[in-house]
Amino acid sequence: MPVLGADMDEGTILEWLVKPGDEVRKGDVIAVVDTAKSAIEVESFSTGRVERLVVGVGETVPVGTPLAVLTEPGGERAQPAVPAAGTQRTRRDRRAERPAQQVPAPRPASPVIRHRARELGIDLAALHGTGPDGTVTREDLEHAAAGPAPPAARQPAAGPEPARSRRKPAPRAGRRRATPLARRLAAELGVDLAAVAGTGPAGAIRAADVRLAAPGGERGRPAAAATATARSAAERNQSMRQAIARLMARSKREIPHYYVSNTADMTHAMSWLRDRNREVDVSQRLVPSALLLKAVALAARRVPRLNGYWVDDAFRPAEAVHLGVAVSLRGGGVLTPAIHDAADLPLGELMARLRDLVTRARSGRLRACELTDGTITVTNLGDQGVESVYGVIYPPQVALVGFGRIVERAVAAGGLVGARPAVTTTLAADHRATDGYAGSRFLSALAGLLQRPEAL
Amino acid sequence: MSTAAAKALQPRAAHQRDLLRQMLAIRRFEDTCAELYSAGEIRGFVHLYIGEEAVAVGVSAALTADDSIVSTYRDHGHALARGLPLDSVMAEMYGKTTGCSRGRGGSMHLFDVSRRFYGGNAIVGGGLPLAVGIALADKLRGDSRVTACFFGDGAVAEGEFHECMNLAALWDLPVLFCCENNLYAMGTALVRAQAQTDLALRAGSYGMPAWPVDGMDVLAVEHAARSAVGAVRAGGGPHFLELRTYRFRAHSMYDPELYRDKSEVQEWKKRDPVALLAGRLRDSGECTDAEFQAMSDELTAEIDAAIAAARAAPVEPVADLTRFVYHPEPK
Amino acid sequence: MTGTEVTGTEVTSTEMVKTTYREAMRDAIREALQRDDRVFLMGEDVGRYGGCFAVSLGLLAEFGPERIRDTPLSESAFVGAGIGAALAGMRPIVEIMTVNFSLLALDQIMNNAATLLHMSGGQCNVPLVIRMTTGAGRQVAAQHSHSLEGWYAHIPGIRVLAPATLADARGMLWTALQDPDPVLIFEHGSLYNMPGTLPADAGAVDIRSAAVRRAGTDVSLITYGGTLGTTCAAADALAGDGIDAEVVDLRSLRPLDDETISGSVARTHRAVVVDEGWRTGSLAAEVCARLMEQAFWDLDAPAERVCGAEVPMPYPRHLEEAALPRAEAIVAAARRAVGGGLT
Repeated sequence: MPVLGADMDEGTILEWLVKPGDEVRKGDVIAVVDTAKSAIEVESFSTGRVERLVVGVGETVPVGTPLAVLTEPGGERAQPAVPAAGTQRTRRDRRAERPAQQVPAPRPASPVIRHRARELGIDLAALHGTGPDGTVTREDLEHAAAGPAPPAARQPAAGPEPARSRRKPAPRAGRRRATPLARRLAAELGVDLAAVAGTGPAGAIRAADVRLAAPGGERGRPAAAATATARSAAERNQSMRQAIARLMARSKREIPHYYVSNTADMTHAMSWLRDRNREVDVSQRLVPSALLLKAVALAARRVPRLNGYWVDDAFRPAEAVHLGVAVSLRGGGVLTPAIHDAADLPLGELMARLRDLVTRARSGRLRACELTDGTITVTNLGDQGVESVYGVIYPPQVALVGFGRIVERAVAAGGLVGARPAVTTTLAADHRATDGYAGSRFLSALAGLLQRPEAL
Repeated sequence: MSTAAAKALQPRAAHQRDLLRQMLAIRRFEDTCAELYSAGEIRGFVHLYIGEEAVAVGVSAALTADDSIVSTYRDHGHALARGLPLDSVMAEMYGKTTGCSRGRGGSMHLFDVSRRFYGGNAIVGGGLPLAVGIALADKLRGDSRVTACFFGDGAVAEGEFHECMNLAALWDLPVLFCCENNLYAMGTALVRAQAQTDLALRAGSYGMPAWPVDGMDVLAVEHAARSAVGAVRAGGGPHFLELRTYRFRAHSMYDPELYRDKSEVQEWKKRDPVALLAGRLRDSGECTDAEFQAMSDELTAEIDAAIAAARAAPVEPVADLTRFVYHPEPK
Repeated sequence: MTGTEVTGTEVTSTEMVKTTYREAMRDAIREALQRDDRVFLMGEDVGRYGGCFAVSLGLLAEFGPERIRDTPLSESAFVGAGIGAALAGMRPIVEIMTVNFSLLALDQIMNNAATLLHMSGGQCNVPLVIRMTTGAGRQVAAQHSHSLEGWYAHIPGIRVLAPATLADARGMLWTALQDPDPVLIFEHGSLYNMPGTLPADAGAVDIRSAAVRRAGTDVSLITYGGTLGTTCAAADALAGDGIDAEVVDLRSLRPLDDETISGSVARTHRAVVVDEGWRTGSLAAEVCARLMEQAFWDLDAPAERVCGAEVPMPYPRHLEEAALPRAEAIVAAARRAVGGGLT
């Protein structure tokens, strides 16, 4: 069977134009062959007498297969008509080297099957498919996953060993999201990723987290990577204390503070929170702080004179509410990074920001703008068990809101005394910017907002 | 002494026997390619020149070694007529390092820069701008070279054809455009593709001398080419020859030939350029049948030797796969 | 464009002269014509008109119509003629008016210029330089504004350059003409008026390496050509946030300087690739893929891309601006990459 085109692998004899005993000359058309494209005439490249036809009409054979045998003129030696003897061997040999051709290679599995195989932890390549052209079907997969080897009847003699196809499902849980650099560092510093708190998106562990978790914290960094910023914890602590001292002294020196306080009923808020948290995934759950912060942000919007800065002997209101949150650090000290646009954040988002901010504040990874953008600050010492806190304003801000612990209190309402959760809210405000009236309005608004948690 | 001058001094009969031998060499080479292709020894797209031999041989006879040639994907005939060693062309069919393009090009991309043969080009019309550029370089340098550019009737439908006719005429460039009109762009007949089938007329519209030539008669082709090349070399700007010819075999090795009648092929075969010249020389007693047979046997032996050499020649190591992408080669 | 001037690292000594990107490019062409008889410039309106973008203004009078050669509007023919002339020993500079028009010559660039050396088994060098204008920013709508250099960078056999600075506008051409392979130079249309100073003796620069235009430690902003200025502006803005960005100018889009790119990311651990081309299958995609291959273990955040919007360029100013990489988008991407994870 001659090669009649670059893409031809086999051909079918449609018609023989010669029969045994016929004389043919080089160039004569001796047969018609059907190829993938069309019927094409086949010429003889030899002169001689047709000894016999090897491939019959209707038969399909690969290119290189002898179609007929010719006897050379004046000689008894027979040779295949097409193609020439020397080359036909080449072709045949090549085929012989590829016995796999006899068994059609299995078709690739469909994406759905591949996906399912991944889920089941099964190596598709090791599986014998029973679908069309050896395609692996879903049934094959489930069968392989279920246990015993497929029934022998399903396997061709030459098929691969089915035993190999069974794999234990790959463990899916327990993998920590970590950046490549974090993984490399963890390996270099001998840090167990499972013990590292990730501060990246969705809790991904980043290089900084690994360094922090490394023995000696920041000092765990390889010497080559150490920079001037890698100061010791003690040095950091010292300089932070000095900074706080300067700022707070300035506040008390320059700002005429006035204070007001109130008690906010948290009954609705806590029960709403409980109900909500019951319905959502652990990762989505809210803590009461989120409600308190959101309520402060909204209240600050209602009393804008408390949201802004005292600069150059005048009050400059802020356009947005960037809520500073006082975060106490483990080694001592406090930072007040801001949650930007807190009044517009849904509770879930605000919660996420809060978590992120606290983690980063504690690992020293805050951005400069987060430390300077606050327009009003909240300090919540409830977790520490105190009932109320009267804070010091962060200049140039003009107000600081304090929360104590949410505790059950005996509350008289409608002539009856009942036990209800409540929180003491305080406000320290700059008398240059506002008077007690504004402060009172603010705390009343705050208490009111906390009565409608669903609207927060 | 230039090749052309040497040829001019040859006795007429000897020269014509030389033309016959060249055409026969192409014919035998192409016959062999068909056989080797059928046997799977050479692969890819192979476009045979059988029937068109007079064009390449006649035009090449009018060129000097200093002139340049740009060819098409049906380039075996052009390459052999230009004098590329038969061995190197055969080895290229086999993809061997001894091939004229080190085996990288294959049938459609025969190159030999030492003979100013700038390659078979497998984009229809793609070689025309190259020819214009080579001629531009010659003109800018003040060289008296001519660039012969072969292309088929199919290329006339390409935008590049018209851009190049215009550019060559506009800049008076020394190009000889050789349109091999074999009546079919693959399977599409000229009349089905062209509103104006008088191709010389179309080239003439760009203001260059253009005329049709009997492409089956090598002497007619040589005569026309000599006249055109002389004019181009003398500063007459581009010239255009429409060489009316016919391919006897399929477009590429084999095709079902649904697009033309067998009777049409048979009619054209009556004007077989090899038989035409061989008959003339036989009639005039300048090449007897025995001499013709001897010539043929000699060529067959030459081709057999080329095949043996090509089969034995080394292939490019796979480690060199990305050679010749940039110069110098990547480290 | 911000018009931010970005100076090359090559700048050294001597007297500084005021110039523009356009003048620097013209000086480069003039120098090439003076130094090498084989050099000539051809393209649409390069002669009497002075070049569509006035790059070749005045050169016709200086060098004459043989060497400052106006062509008909036949991109395929004159680009192919440039290839042929290069084959035959000349050193042509072919100017294509815009990258969109270059598609009419894509066959010649891809099937001949990039391919001849290989398919001739090493015989046919094509020492050709093709210059063309690329990019948006001038409200010239959907057939004059695209950034297709990424497509060309896909083709083995050619070099693709993007001069983004005056020094590169002045210095890349000569080096490109010395290269035995075809070189495509993409000049962003918004750069031609960019003013600045160059040393009086400014000349050839290397065309193989990327350049760190601004050193930084927190994130690598990787870009080229017309978006270098925007990217530097973004780096300035990031500095205000305490983020120290490094700016890498690719300069050569093919081949890419892997060493400089990966080296930068190995220092900063974060990458933002800025590319005016369409995102899908873009040069930015290629850079990101190489970072995966070569800098994976150095990455502390996913590589970010800031690309042109996937839309034929609209005419109105506000839509065009919205379709292009803006400094704010680069800043936002850099912030995402850095997150709170500064180390």
